Amino acid sequence: MAILLLADHDNAHLSDQTAKALTAAGQIGSDVHVLVAGSGARAAAEQAAKLSGVTKVLLADDASLANNLAEPLAALIVSLAGSYDAIVSAATSVGKNVLPRVAALLDVAQVSEIVEVVSADTFKRPIYAGNAIQTVQSTDAKKVITVRTASFAAAGEGGSASVETVSAAANPGLSTHVQDALSSSDRPELTSAKIIISGGRALGSSEKFQEVILPVADKLGAAVGASRAAVDAGYAPNDWQVGQTGKVVAPQLYIACGISGAIQHLAGMKDSKVIVAINKDEEAPIFQVADYGLVADLFDALPELEKAL
Amino acid sequence: MKLLVPIKRVVDYNVKIRVKADGSGVELANVKMSMNPFDEISVEEALRLKEAGKAEDVVVVSIGPAKAEETLRTALAMGADRAVLVETEDQVEPLAVAKILKGVAEAEQPGLVIVGKQAIDDDSNQTGQMLSALLGWAQATFASKVEIGDGSANVTREVDGGLQTIEVKLPAVVTTDLRLNEPRYASLPNIMKAKKKPLDRKTPADFGVDTSPRLKVLKTEEPSGRKAGVKVKSVAELVDKLKTEAGVL
Ligand SMILES: Cc1cc2nc3c(=O)[nH]c(=O)nc-3n(C[C@H](O)[C@H](O)[C@H](O)COP(=O)(O)OP(=O)(O)OC[C@H]3O[C@@H](n4cnc5c(N)ncnc54)[C@H](O)[C@@H]3O)c2cc1C
Ligand SMILES: Nc1ncnc2c1ncn2[C@@H]1O[C@H](COP(=O)(O)O)[C@@H](O)[C@H]1O
Repeated sequence: MAILLLADHDNAHLSDQTAKALTAAGQIGSDVHVLVAGSGARAAAEQAAKLSGVTKVLLADDASLANNLAEPLAALIVSLAGSYDAIVSAATSVGKNVLPRVAALLDVAQVSEIVEVVSADTFKRPIYAGNAIQTVQSTDAKKVITVRTASFAAAGEGGSASVETVSAAANPGLSTHVQDALSSSDRPELTSAKIIISGGRALGSSEKFQEVILPVADKLGAAVGASRAAVDAGYAPNDWQVGQTGKVVAPQLYIACGISGAIQHLAGMKDSKVIVAINKDEEAPIFQVADYGLVADLFDALPELEKAL
Repeated sequence: MKLLVPIKRVVDYNVKIRVKADGSGVELANVKMSMNPFDEISVEEALRLKEAGKAEDVVVVSIGPAKAEETLRTALAMGADRAVLVETEDQVEPLAVAKILKGVAEAEQPGLVIVGKQAIDDDSNQTGQMLSALLGWAQATFASKVEIGDGSANVTREVDGGLQTIEVKLPAVVTTDLRLNEPRYASLPNIMKAKKKPLDRKTPADFGVDTSPRLKVLKTEEPSGRKAGVKVKSVAELVDKLKTEAGVL
């Protein structure tokens, strides 16, 4: 089985989402080629070549591929698809954007967000916000799959694959990039952090969120997450949302502060190794999944926690 | 221009679903059903574009059982002008939904199709992207802002690192994210009026689409559960347990 894995990167760096999706790809088949599509992306391609289990890296370097626009990227993947049995990507915002487009162009049903590879054509995936797990068998000759990276360990280094260049496909010219407003931060990323501290509606304002959550995050070297309610209210940026429709995370330690524990939030964090909940309502559903629950006012507890660390 | 809004009837987001004991699926009998929340956002966006004079007509479409008419009526009560029900009792996968929607789009000729980012039952997040591919149109997924220009639209998208703005040529497919707007409720008089609004009935065969599934569902099971742990009395006890018992600090 030859597999094409779409790399997640920002040209200079390969994200560790790729290394995690690689683990899933390697369980589907042994001949995994990584596609690095971008502009000035050789550095990312060289990092991909070092991942253990990669047999070849394809580098498509073109201005049309600079911003991950769906149409030129899908056209490129489709142009390469003939040589592969499966096309795989991490379920990042880029993967979720482009892979269904590829699947439709190939007339294939996509298998979204797999959490387990049962065999080369059979996979487990969560439905209903993770309240049920389906085992599905793909009957299409070619598979198109996105991978929930929280469920797979990152592949290690030690590979030395060759980097081959491939040309971009003709750009359909349907969309153009206007601007990115990406948050830059020294904190670890949500999807790779070992510790995450998240705040909910209880924080009350973006000032309070920064005042009580961030110092604890700094002490712990943690990434910061948020509930939908906190994001909707503008206390935290959109890309911090954890949940069914936000990011799915599985850190060693997840600390939920002033979050009630709606199923949509649990969907994004209930596979964390250890869960701590701080909530002043002892009946809050979050306590049903928490290993350690502290019934307290977070405005007292968090400053105290920061001092105790 | 005309706006086409696909809406799906799904188990209400407040319902905690149960897996059938025999592993054959999810218990759907006597469960509250509603419009997929992202589709409410799509309907709202379409209505706002109409109210701003950017569009004339809002057509809603659902592929599903006869009861999906209720969901379409809800959209009509919110303010949509017309509805199309593509009736089928089968479970239709996103690829086949997209093929049917392509047929509807070819008949209706909309300037923009506003699709939800994700149906909260199958959690696929595929249909909009697939439809856009089949039509050969531009796609702008996970939208938190849509501005219609002359023959194009500027769409701000929620992406992993923050926000990205792109310009797409029209016609295009947009998929809606949570922060795009807050959907309105239908008023009682509008619910009454919606009963008389036009609703066309079709079948997948009218669009020549074969809805047989490509994915065989072998089993549906409960996720491995998590048990509630212990309550700690103080921050000091919490820190101590995290260090000595859990070993995560
Ligand atoms: C389609 C859809 C998708 C969704 N996707 C997501 C998603 O991806 N992620 C997500 O998180 N949600 C999602 N939601 C929203 C979800 O249903 C809940 O509304 C949301 O998670 C609630 O956020 P919260 O827990 O911060 O707020 P609330 O439910 O309001 O909870 C606030 C909690 O704070 C506690 N509290 C208040 N004051 C204090 C204090 N001083 N100290 C300590 N505790 C305090 C309260 O006891 C309460 O438990 C989605 C909803 C829909 C419909
Ligand atoms: N049966 C359906 N009828 C109408 N629209 C649908 C249907 N299934 C999916 N959609 C649309 O596609 C979106 C994404 O669904 P999915 O790809 O299944 O996650 C939904 O929010 C709807 O807008």
